[in-house]
Amino acid sequence: MSDPTVRVAERVDLLAAETSEGAQGLQPRSRTSKDELGREVGAVLRQSGLTLDPNDVDYERRDDETMIINMGPAHPSTHGVLRLMLELDGEFVLRTKPVIGYLHTGMEKTGEVLSYVQGGTNVTRMDYVSPIANELGYCMAVEKLLAIEVPERAIWIRMMMAELNRVASHLLWMATNGMDLGATTMMIYGFRERELILAFFEKTAGLRMNLNYVRPGGVAADLPDGWEDDVLVICDTIYERTFEYDELLTGQPIFRNRMIGVAPITAEEALALSLTGPLLRSTGVAWDLRRSMPYLAYDQVDFDVIVGTYGDNFDRYAIRLNEIRESVRIVRQCLEKMPSGDYRSQDPKVTPPPRARIDESMEALIHHFKLFTEGFHVPVGEVYSAIESPRGELGCYLVSDGGPKPYRLHVRGPSFVNLQAVPLLMRGGLLSDAITVISSVDPIMGEVDR
Amino acid sequence: MDARSARDRKGGNAEVIPLPLAAPPGVATADVLASDLGCFPTTDQYFNLVRSFKDEDFEMCVDLCAVDYLEHLDRPLPEGVNGTRFEVVVNLLSLSKKLRVRIRVQAGDEEPRVDSLFVLYPGTEAMEREAFDLYGVLFSNHPDMTRILMPEDWEGHPLRKDYAVGKVPVQFKEAPGPR
Repeated sequence: MSDPTVRVAERVDLLAAETSEGAQGLQPRSRTSKDELGREVGAVLRQSGLTLDPNDVDYERRDDETMIINMGPAHPSTHGVLRLMLELDGEFVLRTKPVIGYLHTGMEKTGEVLSYVQGGTNVTRMDYVSPIANELGYCMAVEKLLAIEVPERAIWIRMMMAELNRVASHLLWMATNGMDLGATTMMIYGFRERELILAFFEKTAGLRMNLNYVRPGGVAADLPDGWEDDVLVICDTIYERTFEYDELLTGQPIFRNRMIGVAPITAEEALALSLTGPLLRSTGVAWDLRRSMPYLAYDQVDFDVIVGTYGDNFDRYAIRLNEIRESVRIVRQCLEKMPSGDYRSQDPKVTPPPRARIDESMEALIHHFKLFTEGFHVPVGEVYSAIESPRGELGCYLVSDGGPKPYRLHVRGPSFVNLQAVPLLMRGGLLSDAITVISSVDPIMGEVDR
Repeated sequence: MDARSARDRKGGNAEVIPLPLAAPPGVATADVLASDLGCFPTTDQYFNLVRSFKDEDFEMCVDLCAVDYLEHLDRPLPEGVNGTRFEVVVNLLSLSKKLRVRIRVQAGDEEPRVDSLFVLYPGTEAMEREAFDLYGVLFSNHPDMTRILMPEDWEGHPLRKDYAVGKVPVQFKEAPGPR
């Protein structure tokens, strides 16, 4: 007992040191200044005179009235390895701090040692629920620097795959969100429908997830024979089943009570926190990059941007459900309008020679070899290219020094930024709603930590 | 082919956006980028420039990251801009005007430091922490300058160019490690 380094119950501080990460974590109130407290509950947004009442920060409360607990990183409903430190007053959440980094694997650093050809395999693992969106953002940045034209068919294939991926991603969200609320039927249904899309991905690209299907200059392979039938079946099935979800969830009183009015956010707060995607649209801001700053051929298809009104959990649910329908609508139009032609650019700089040419031409063999060992060189420059991933704006900032590898690859992950809304959304809510809040923000930890 | 000709071929941002009226005088701008308007303020001009953009309806700070130009200290920059090793790149977005603007501030060599944008855009909090964590760029007046992705007791800033890509021998205990 006399040894001050022995961890015993009398030395609570030492015990705490073992389970806490120190400065990254949430500090007890006695060690938190009033400014800091205000910031942690989101009162800083008030500086623009908009949202929170300045005197709403309950600074006087003592430590022994509240309790700080860890939720995660291994909690099943944190959708990965998100760790939240919650300060609770009974069942109510006073403060929240997300602690992230448990899945950090240095993918941006890895991106600097992989060539542009290999880069796709790296970025596709960031947001593992919507790999096509990652690859698309990355490839569009590379193509912008290369200034190469992508054939019309490749553009439409990309768009179709991206939308199918959006459906799969939102279905997974519906499934896990249902699971978090105890609606296990939705869990099974969501995964069942997602399977249809993953099976189609496997048929097209050879892999179910982490496809590396979108490549600089086009896509890796043409759509398989009979793809029209497959896609039509997917569209018909999923569109029909969204109405089953309506019956199962949208009108169901328990589900509605858990969702309506829970964790509201205003448009001003959402803009200040740089939120994008369904989180921003739920507040009524009709900002969708597919419509506002069209890329691919989104200006040639017909779809609606779904917006909410109250910015609560139910709005975010409704937006995602309806975006599934809108995406199906876009996929149907892709089916109709799919042009014929090349599925990848014929620019020899980025595209290897056809297999038959390699057998007969030494130069083609050398070219093929060089392309996959050294890679192609990208002109000096830097570019920011953004697309609308299922979670929001997915940006790719690429700096090239003229070599075959990116000098700097930065990915603006929408989940990473959107996670900043969690403390604000949870404040004053019930602990049981905290789980719904995480779910409705929809963070994918692979993208948060990269 | 350099970046300029790449931009010409793509068409780029046809009309170049003028700087806000309230912008600090003498901010260098350039169209050497593949897209968007680029501004190259000094660290002193940086905060006021961002504020003037914010007043001109750039509602959102979409992205903030740092770049380590250790291997390219003599990179081409507009006249009057002294390239430093670290650069902080900020992407602002105007939802009402549907415009993007990119601000590249030269942050310094030894101890890079710029003002935090937290009071203008609270959403930059996590992004600035990330830039600090991975590059060691310090942000003055940031409320919580702690590591975000790496563990609290990590040494060094892993995305710097002089920070080697590590290797961990895992297969055979007896085999000599690569380092």
